[in-house]
Formats: sequence, C-alpha cells, structure tokens
Amino acid sequence: MTQTLASRHTFWLTASLALVAAPHVQRLPWWLNLLVATLFGWRLYLARTRLPLPSRGIVMFVVTGATAGVYLHYETLFGRDAGVALLVIMLTLKLLEMRTARDAMLLIFLGYFLVITNFLYSQTIPTALYMLVCVWIITACMVGIHYTRAPRTIHLLRTAGVLLAQSVPLMLLMFLLFPRIQGPLWRMPADSQRSSTGLSDTMSPGSMTNLSLSEAVAFRVSFKADTPANRQLYWRGPVLWNFDGRTWRAPRADYGEPRYDTHFYPVEYTVTVEPHGKSWLFALDLPGRLPPRSIATSDFQILSAVPVTTRQRYDMTSFLDYTYGADESAATLQRALQLPPGFNPRTAELARELRRKHGSDQAVMQAVLNMFGHDGFSYTMSPPLLGEHSVDEFLFDAKKGFCEHYSSAFAVLMRAAGIPARIVTGYMGGEVNPIGQYLIVREADAHAWTEVWLRGEGWVRVDPTAAVSPARVERGISAAMAGENVLPLFIRGDFPVLRELRLGFDSVANNWNQWVLGYTPERQRALLTRAGLDDATWRSLALLLLAGTAMTAMLLAVLTLRRLRVRVRDPVRRAYLAFCSKLGSRGLAREDAEGPFSYADRVSRARPDLETPVQRFIRLYVDLRYGQEADLQHVSRLQQLAREFKP
Amino acid sequence: MTTRINKVVERVGGIILGKELQIRLAVACLLARGHLLIEDIPGVGKTTLAHALAASVGLSFQRVQFTSDLLPADILGVSIYNRDSGTFQFHPGPIFTQVVLADEVNRATPKAQSALLEAMEEHQVTIDGETRRLPQPFFVIATQNPSYQVGTFPLPESQLDRFLMRIQLGYPGADAERALLQGQDRRDLLQKLGACLRGEDLTELQQEAQQVHVASALLDYVQAIVRHTRASAEYANGLSPRAALALLHAARAWALMESRKHVVPEDVQAVLGGVVGHRLIPTGDGARINGSDIAQHLIKQVPIP
Repeated sequence: MTQTLASRHTFWLTASLALVAAPHVQRLPWWLNLLVATLFGWRLYLARTRLPLPSRGIVMFVVTGATAGVYLHYETLFGRDAGVALLVIMLTLKLLEMRTARDAMLLIFLGYFLVITNFLYSQTIPTALYMLVCVWIITACMVGIHYTRAPRTIHLLRTAGVLLAQSVPLMLLMFLLFPRIQGPLWRMPADSQRSSTGLSDTMSPGSMTNLSLSEAVAFRVSFKADTPANRQLYWRGPVLWNFDGRTWRAPRADYGEPRYDTHFYPVEYTVTVEPHGKSWLFALDLPGRLPPRSIATSDFQILSAVPVTTRQRYDMTSFLDYTYGADESAATLQRALQLPPGFNPRTAELARELRRKHGSDQAVMQAVLNMFGHDGFSYTMSPPLLGEHSVDEFLFDAKKGFCEHYSSAFAVLMRAAGIPARIVTGYMGGEVNPIGQYLIVREADAHAWTEVWLRGEGWVRVDPTAAVSPARVERGISAAMAGENVLPLFIRGDFPVLRELRLGFDSVANNWNQWVLGYTPERQRALLTRAGLDDATWRSLALLLLAGTAMTAMLLAVLTLRRLRVRVRDPVRRAYLAFCSKLGSRGLAREDAEGPFSYADRVSRARPDLETPVQRFIRLYVDLRYGQEADLQHVSRLQQLAREFKP
Repeated sequence: MTTRINKVVERVGGIILGKELQIRLAVACLLARGHLLIEDIPGVGKTTLAHALAASVGLSFQRVQFTSDLLPADILGVSIYNRDSGTFQFHPGPIFTQVVLADEVNRATPKAQSALLEAMEEHQVTIDGETRRLPQPFFVIATQNPSYQVGTFPLPESQLDRFLMRIQLGYPGADAERALLQGQDRRDLLQKLGACLRGEDLTELQQEAQQVHVASALLDYVQAIVRHTRASAEYANGLSPRAALALLHAARAWALMESRKHVVPEDVQAVLGGVVGHRLIPTGDGARINGSDIAQHLIKQVPIP
C-alpha cells in the first residue's frame, strides 16, 4: 500500500471526486468553486507532467485562506453549508498531498462521505441515481488502485458493479432495521431561513395568478374510498379577515374549539404534504380530526406545531356536508364586516343599491353571483393591472380577473352590504393519477373563495369563481384555462403523451416519498410488529441488524466460494478426485504435483493393506486418462472402484 | 526390446558407479534422437560415460578434444589436393561417425562450436559447397566444464537449446567411490565392454519411442508447466515451444524405457531436470544452478491437471 500512484489513478480519482462535488457547485460561493476547479486542474497538470507536489507550506497557506474565506462568507464554520464548503475544499487540498496508494484510499473514503453530504440538500430520485453512479465510479477507482498493471476500464467498472450489487442485500437490511430517529437527522439552523413556497397569509391582486404558474406539487392525497367529485375538493388553507383596500391578510390565529354539525359520513384520506416552510396543513372542508402535533384555529385552519420544512404525512377525515358557526359571537361577526374607509366608493354604492333592491342576504348574494355570471365578466390568468381602488376598477372597468379578484370583490361587496364575509385560500381540485390511484394537488391548483355568514346557517362557502367559470370548479384549472397558454406546459392537457409521462414520473416519485423517504420510526415499528417483533428497542434492532449482516455476508461468501470450486466434467478425473479425497480423509492426501504412480506407491508404503485396491485403481485410471483406451465400460468400472473404495 | 535397453543401462552402470539416474537420462536422450550435454567439473567421469554409452550401443565412435585453437575444419574435415588423381579429395573429419564425443566443448572458440552445433541440428555438413550427410543414427555427446572454470567460452542459450538434455554427474556417493577406488581401471573395463545393441536395433527403438501415446491430459500437464515458467517471475525466460517439444520427446523415450505404451506425468517429471535444467535461468540471488533442483522446484509448483 505504500507504492506510489500511477498518473491514471490520479486522473480517475480526481475526475470521480469532481463528479461527486459537482452538485455542490450551485450552493457554494463562486470564489470557492473557482478555487476548487483550479486545484483540480493543478493536480491533473502535476500528474501529467510528473512534477513534484506542492510543499506543505503552500498547502497550509491555502487551507488557512480558504477557512477564513468560508468563515467570512457563512459567518460560522459549523452547520450544514459551511461544513460542506470546508469538506469540499479540504478534500481538494488532500488531492494535492496524495502521494501513495494509502492517501488515495483516504481520499476514496472522503469521496464516499462527500456523497452523503449531497443528500443533506436533496433526497430526490435523480439525486439518488446520480450518487449511485458516483459511488460506482469511486468504487471502480478503488478497485483500480489495487491493480499493479492497468486493467481495462470496463473490467474495473464491472468489478465495482458486482461489488455494489453484492452490497444490495446489506443495504436493504440496514434500511429496514437501522434504528430511526424522529424527524430529519440533519436539522440545521440554515433550514429555518429557507424561502417558503406556496400559499402565504396575504392575498392581493396577482398573488394567486403567480402561484398558478407553478407546477410544483403542494401535496398528494390518497383516499381510502372513491375520490369525491372535483367541486367538493376545497382544500382549506389560510383564512383571511383583514382588508386594507388592496390586500387581504390573516389575523392573529385565534385558537378555539370550533363547533360544527355534520350531516354525512366522513371521507377518510392520507395527505403527504411537501415542505413549504409555513405551518398550514391542508384538509378538505371540513376537517374532522387533527393530525399529530397540530392545533386548529376557530376558523378551521390546521396549524402544525413546527413549520413544515420536511415532507409530512398524516391521516385525515373530513365531513363534506356540514354547518358550523351559527352561534358566532357578535365581536367576531363585526370583524367580518370591517372595510377600510375611503377605498372603492363605487363598490360601496353598488352594495347599498343592492341592499335596497333585495330584501334578504341570500338575495343580495345571488344578485352579485348573477352579475358575475352575466355582466360580461371573464376568468383569465392575465388580468390587467389594477390601481388604488382595485375592487372598483375590477368590477366596473376591467371585468377580467382570476379567483383572487372575484373572491375579493365578492367579500367586499358582501361586507359593504352588511353581510359578514371572509376569504378562504387554499387549493381547489387536483389531478387524479391513474397510475397509483392518488390525487396530485399542485401550486397551480391554488384558489381563493369566500365564506359568508348567514343567520341560522352559519358560515357558508360561496365560490364566486364558480359563477364566472363553472369549469374551474367542475373540472379543474387546466380545463378552465384550456384556451390560454399561460399554464406550465406539463399542467396543460393538450399533450396527452407528456401528461402520461408526467403522471408516471409523479407516481414513481410518490412511491419513493412514501416508502423510502417516508420510512419513519412509526412505519418501522409497524413493519416490525407485522413481522412479529413487538416493542423493538434499539438493542434488539442492533442485534437483528448484526445477525442479518452476518447471515448475508455468509451467504455471499458461500456463493463466492462455490464459484471458486473447479467443476470437473471428465468422469475419469472426477472418479480419481473422489478416490484421492477418500484417501485424503485418512491423512493420505495427494499433493497437487504428485503423479498417480508416485501417489499409489506412497499410499502403498504407508498402508500396505490398501496396496491391491489402490494399485488396481491407479492402473485403470492411468490407462483411461493417459492411455488410448476410451471404453465406456472401463470408465464405469473405474467409477465403481472409486465408489467401493473404503480406505 | 526394452530389456535390452535396460541391459545398456546396467552395463554402463557397471562402469560409472552410483549414477543410474544420469545413465538412464542419457539413454533416454539417445532414444529420443536428441543430443546430450554433460556438464560437470573435470574428473567425475564425463568422458568415461560417453565412451561407455557409445560402446554399449555398438555405434561407431569418435572423440574430438575441443581446445581454444580448434578450427571448424578439424571437426568437419578438409579437401586436400591429390597429386596422383589431380583432384581435390575430401578427408572427412571426426564428425563423420555415429557417436561424437565433443570433449570440453566450451573450451573451443564460438566458431568451432558453431560448426559442431550446425551439424547437430542439420544432420549434415556442407564443405566446399558440397553437402554431405552424416551417418545415422547421429548422436553428439558434449561435455563441458562449468562456466565458472577458467578458459571457457560459455555456449550461448540459443546453442544450449540444441541439446535435448543436459545432465550433471556430481561426486559419487561414498559407497560408489569406495567401489571405484577398489575396482579395476575404468579404461580396461571400457575395452571389455561389448555392445548389447546393434545400430538397427537403436533405430527401431527410436521409432518405437516416437509411437508412445500422449493423451490430451498429459499435454495439459506439459502446457501447464510451460505456462508456469512463462508467467513466473522466477525465471529470466519461459520455456520455448522447442523446449516443450523436447520435454515431450524425452518423456516418450522415458516411458518406453519404463515399458509403457503411454506417457504419464511421472515420465515428464523424471526427464524434467535434464530437459529444462539448461534452458531455464533462475533469477534472484539464491539461483538454483543445479538442473534437478530447478526441476524439483518447478514440479512442486505446477499441479497435475
């Protein structure tokens, strides 16, 4: 292991380390990338020209400089990002100190470690596949270092592939049995600063429209029974009460025990929500229970105890037919009537007029919905920009808008007419993936609707968008926007092949999320219980893991050793070997280089009682194997002699 | 017929005491139509062995003492002008005989050596543009001093290769030496030694040796040995195909002497020391010079397939 390295080893090792470090390029500061690239290049140049490696002083200088740089950039040397940056630069510098095969082995193991760091950032299938390729190539490097003569690259790759394939059973065993830790292992301070995606707790004209351009998955749902109709799929998110003339905002959460009456049996389903950095957990109107570690507000938002920064999976039940809030307090209803003074005067005028014309609240509501349906309003993803009196401009001039425009205008009209109203944001609908039978809800499905409070009925959901574009509610966003090429390509329905492909990929990704990334302590416990192992502790898991590893290693060893055994086809030779091994078990093993006659003589000297059968056998054997005889009868006679031989 | 061969071995063994294995190898070499090189220090009976062998097989015999001033013509012969007939007349050299003893072959210059070696290979000599065939059977026994002795021109490897076998006599054992010291003069014994084979018998036996069967299992073994010498770092060069052929010929002759119709691995092992001893040059410091040591080492390393 102390031999110096050939330049091809250096080349391959440098290349494979560069491959492993490549995904970090997008996350590291530019000067670090430049430094690492320069060092890689320098090392390759040195390997090519066989110039001596840089002195210790130079390396120490770069180490100090780079460490200082990392500290200045991240303002710490700890944590995920700074740690990875340091690891990358140190590994690159170690390349410049690589002289012997032992150094190379160290670098190979560092390379494996660097592979793991990539999973701190991304745990998707493409990352996993890429890292698998990296591990494959690093392993091939390791195999190559152990050869003194240069074998063909394909041979190295094959050997490394076989090694990886042999490790698969162990990998599965460790995946299933390694004690799991609640929550992600790598919760780092940097995570909390990650920008959040998806819904927010404010809504102004244009905010929903922006969301509609994103094909990112918000969450996936699998229903226990049939998926309800699209018009029933209102996924409740933030509820907005406060309006300042342009922007709707959520108030401070009011945690109360909401009361409700249900009229129908609940639907049961499981939600797997993608990380979005906020606390909301989504459920169908009206949620019938709470996921673990979450609370509900009095307006039926479900809030997780900690922001959703990792993928989360929870079981839910919802009642699609309900009444609630009939006994809402006067103070609460007063909050649902607030309007900022001085904004949208024309809307206020219209509301007063409607109030005069129609007697009941229901009639006022219906009049507004009729207006949306018939007075030339249209549903579009590219509405004109609106000015200060946004609702006025929308209602009387533009008459074009997206869900936020309609819900906002409706709520303002209602409030102006004296009917308590609020905005509910969330998602509407979703796409059923026939492969895997689950519902995909994307950011593009983001929606805003209203709830109005009617005496005797409580809070009632009214979706003004339904009045202008029934298709949005009945069949979803892609159907409603069929004419407009604004939606992301993958969401539009006009390319059936693309759609199919996308659904296939999503199904695979969903399984990956559910079974690989979502293999939580609970799931592990459930699996072990099903295997008859109740109350699995750390210790029993460790023992099980050890036993399983030992068994796998043994099995592999047996398989490998079987391959080493030479299979003898020649019956004459096989009979001879059987004969020899019989004598071998009596302490008279044939030496490899011992000819048949010499062997027979030795055996006869050691065991004079065996002389006759041994000599007879050997004579026949030599005649058959080295002579010109090829008589089958003699062969079977030889086999018989070998069988009957009892030393 | 094989009993007669054993009689030859017996008779020669009566003169060269305690060296049965070497005598048997020498006879096998003769049966395999190869030439024999005997290498050892002076005075252990090289020349006597050659004499005894030639005498007991009843072949015509000539001896050439190689010296540093020996010329090719001294071996091959020369054409001399005959004044009576007015023509050049060829006077054949000592090589025109059935058994040539080239004594101390490595004391001659390479020029003289190569004259002999060409004759060995071609079984004919070309003098003054005229090709003359040598008598059959033609058998060269060369003796040489170990190369570390003073005044030698070591034979190059390519020429060593032309000898089927090289044997080394070594000092006799204590009993054999005592018998030698007590016994008659060897020269007198040689005079009395009658032939127990005729030339035709020898030719017949040589043909019979070629008929000995070699099974493919045995070829596997020979190839394994050859392959091992080529792959191993212990030898400067591996065995050549010619060496493999030589091994096979010698093993056949040995099998014939053992009255077998086919060759077995033991035959190969028996002749291995004689055949490969001068062809394999061990590398490293503790080089095994001795042919049988090289062979024993090689035998241990190659399993019989």
